[in-house]
Amino acid sequence: MRWKQALQNRWNGRRSGTAPAEPPRPLYVPQPKIMVRNLNFFYGDFQALHDNNLDIAAHKVTAIIGPSGCGKSTHIRVYNRIFELYRDQRAEGAVYLDGVNILSPEVDVIDLRRRVGMIFQKPTPFPMSIFDNVAYGLRLHYKLPKSELEDRVKAALQAAALWDEVKDKLHQSAYALSGGQQQRLVIARALAVEPEVLLMDEPTSAIDPVATARIEDLIESLKERYTIVIVTHNMQQAARISDYTAFFYNGRIVEFGPTEEIFTNPKNKQTEDYITGRFG
Amino acid sequence: MTLRSHRTRLWTDRLLKAFAGFSALVGIVFLLWILITVVVRGASALNLHFFTRSPAPPGVPGGGLGNAILGTLLLTVLATLLGVPLGLLAGIFLSEFGRHHPLGRTLRFVVNVLMGIPSIIVGLFVWAWLVVPLGGFSGLAGAVALAVLMVPVVVRTTEDMLRLMPDTLRESVLALGAPRWRMVAILLRGARTGLLTGTLLAVARISGETAPLLFTALNSPYWPRSLLKPMANLTVTIYNYAMSPYPDWQRLAWGASLLITLSVLALTVVSRIFLGGREPS
Amino acid sequence: MRKTPRRWPLRAFLGDRLLLTLATSAALLVLLLMAGIFVVLVWHSRLAFQHLGLRFFVQQIWNPVTGEFGALPSLYGTLITTLIALVLAVPLSLAIALLLSELAPPWLATPVGLAVELLAAIPSIIYGMWGLYVFAPYMAHHVEPWLQRFLGFLPFFRGPMHGIGFLTAGIILALMILPFMSAVMREVFQMVPAVVKEAGYGIGATTWEVTHGVLLRYGIRGLLGAVFLGLGRALGETMAVTFVIGNEHRISLSLFSAGTSITSTLANEFTEASEPVYLSALIELGLLLFLVSLVIQIMAVLWLKRMERRMGGQP
Repeated sequence: MRWKQALQNRWNGRRSGTAPAEPPRPLYVPQPKIMVRNLNFFYGDFQALHDNNLDIAAHKVTAIIGPSGCGKSTHIRVYNRIFELYRDQRAEGAVYLDGVNILSPEVDVIDLRRRVGMIFQKPTPFPMSIFDNVAYGLRLHYKLPKSELEDRVKAALQAAALWDEVKDKLHQSAYALSGGQQQRLVIARALAVEPEVLLMDEPTSAIDPVATARIEDLIESLKERYTIVIVTHNMQQAARISDYTAFFYNGRIVEFGPTEEIFTNPKNKQTEDYITGRFG
Repeated sequence: MTLRSHRTRLWTDRLLKAFAGFSALVGIVFLLWILITVVVRGASALNLHFFTRSPAPPGVPGGGLGNAILGTLLLTVLATLLGVPLGLLAGIFLSEFGRHHPLGRTLRFVVNVLMGIPSIIVGLFVWAWLVVPLGGFSGLAGAVALAVLMVPVVVRTTEDMLRLMPDTLRESVLALGAPRWRMVAILLRGARTGLLTGTLLAVARISGETAPLLFTALNSPYWPRSLLKPMANLTVTIYNYAMSPYPDWQRLAWGASLLITLSVLALTVVSRIFLGGREPS
Repeated sequence: MRKTPRRWPLRAFLGDRLLLTLATSAALLVLLLMAGIFVVLVWHSRLAFQHLGLRFFVQQIWNPVTGEFGALPSLYGTLITTLIALVLAVPLSLAIALLLSELAPPWLATPVGLAVELLAAIPSIIYGMWGLYVFAPYMAHHVEPWLQRFLGFLPFFRGPMHGIGFLTAGIILALMILPFMSAVMREVFQMVPAVVKEAGYGIGATTWEVTHGVLLRYGIRGLLGAVFLGLGRALGETMAVTFVIGNEHRISLSLFSAGTSITSTLANEFTEASEPVYLSALIELGLLLFLVSLVIQIMAVLWLKRMERRMGGQP
């Protein structure tokens, strides 16, 4: 069995003799779930993120706001290393999840993505039934007996406030659902694998206002169990649902703090201009 | 300023529209002419014997083309089994791994060029690699020739269909913690209608091909027994019988023509109308 | 909640590696295929080239007995039938593409589109059968005499009229390449941005004026690409041509005359070629066709690529 272990080590990139680095001290919030230190990000030669430093508080909602193209999505896409799908994108710096730098090559990226889930702007149900969609991640990561699988799917759909609407049509195609329902399905799918962090990239911008309200309520209820980071264009939304807000501009974090402070008493002129609608 | 004559302009315009209508008519007239000819001349040959017997010597009644029908089916199925997986994998390469890679660019170019190579040249190619070394014509060589014809079409279809899948779907699968091969599996699942359509169209095309079989599978008056011997098939039979001076055989050739035409048209219509997947370019 | 054990991540790693290996191998195999075709043709032509040298390409003789072969009649036949096919098919394809993309209402466009597609689906040997038994006699009895009566002063329309010959083969070829060309041309027309067309109609131009002023200019590269594709197809067509071209190694100005094309020569004589030089000459013929076809294909692909880039760059 030693060859299996060696292969596993090779794949995980574990080298012997490297001591884990010391995690940094929290900067902005007590007991952060994620700490970003000196993050720089490049698309080829173009630098999209400059020296980002940020803390994400555990069991809170952190909103990331800023004008289009200023790096908000780019930033959170580092948290689950989804950018690695594209050849010419790279990140430099450190991102600590529970004290471990997830950008280091020793980290198991598959486990990282189970712990850090992502919801995209456009709902992306898989081409299969509602049940199979939610079960997909479960089947991927866990060996479960059928009854337990069914229980977990139900629990995830309930947590996403979708169970009552789909309980009679679990085996119909996911494409039969409305846009808002599909987005909640995607949330259920992400919740099923029991993540610790949920990244949401403009989750309601492609959805009608009524469904948006339901999803915002859902986010409120989810933060008890999960840490949530939400990128949004909609400042009112950020003000409504988040505990902390970070304002991005041109790839830099201009200001970060508790939402109330940012919106009522911003320290930075640029922040104030953006919030009052003078630009962006 | 004087206006250019409205009448000239209008008449030129009408001329164009008339010509367009005329062209469409030409197409439809010829199509109907061909179809009706095939049906009228071929229908009388299609009886039970046709499907169950092998050919009789000229002048002797009661022969059929059952062996050729079976041979064509065998060749088509084998060619599909050889060509589709290869084409699918190469298409996956182009869409998922080789988008900006030099190997990918070369392959894409080569595939486009391969699509236009005359089918008889493909026959020559397989003749040189499989018939000469093995010492004789064979059904296997015929199937390989047909498979080679299928591959570029399947590669194009696969690449086009996979490229239509949005990147957010790819990211969603990876974001759940799935490995890359599972992502590809989901993409294939999502594109399955288009892929099936493309494959069926490719099958339709090769089932009517003659030239690549001329020097590979050749033809045979016997029932197919071995892949390493010449194999009876409908298309080469039509060629041989049509050029012969025997009315029996000519009638059989028409029957075979009708059968081939119906099958190919049915496959084409089914994949376009009922599957209705996005058209590969 | 109770945590249950995770699947072994090794499977993920191996799965990815396997997929990459298989996909890359498939890609390389396809490339090898292309190279293989070229290699084979060159290798097996060597013998003929040694015996005949360059005169193969310029002489008319085709004599298996004496071992003297000339590609000229076959080449002539291929070129003349292709030319006839293009002259007939290009205007018709343009018109049909225009009809389907601009002029026709949906209730007309669908059946016409379907009819054109079915024309493309009909196997070439069926065209050959129909050509030999139905169309050629029709040409011999009705069309060719008419042509000779009115245009007989031209050398093209003189000579015995059997129906089997260059003209009939050319017409059938035209029918066969028509669907392909019109499909590509239709796509070209559809790719012209709606705003450009609307600007044309908005000034008060008629359909014809918008067509030749705007559509044709805009899409000229793509249209040429479509023509190249049709050209390539016509060059390589075998069975339909073989049935109706007459299979005589002859060069004649008369379009009614029988002749041969490269593909027909191959189809007819390959299985009967007994001497090595004969066989090699045939393969050299195939090599010639392959090279011509390759050049045309490459030009078509390049033209179409340039069109895509150009159109893609427009607002």
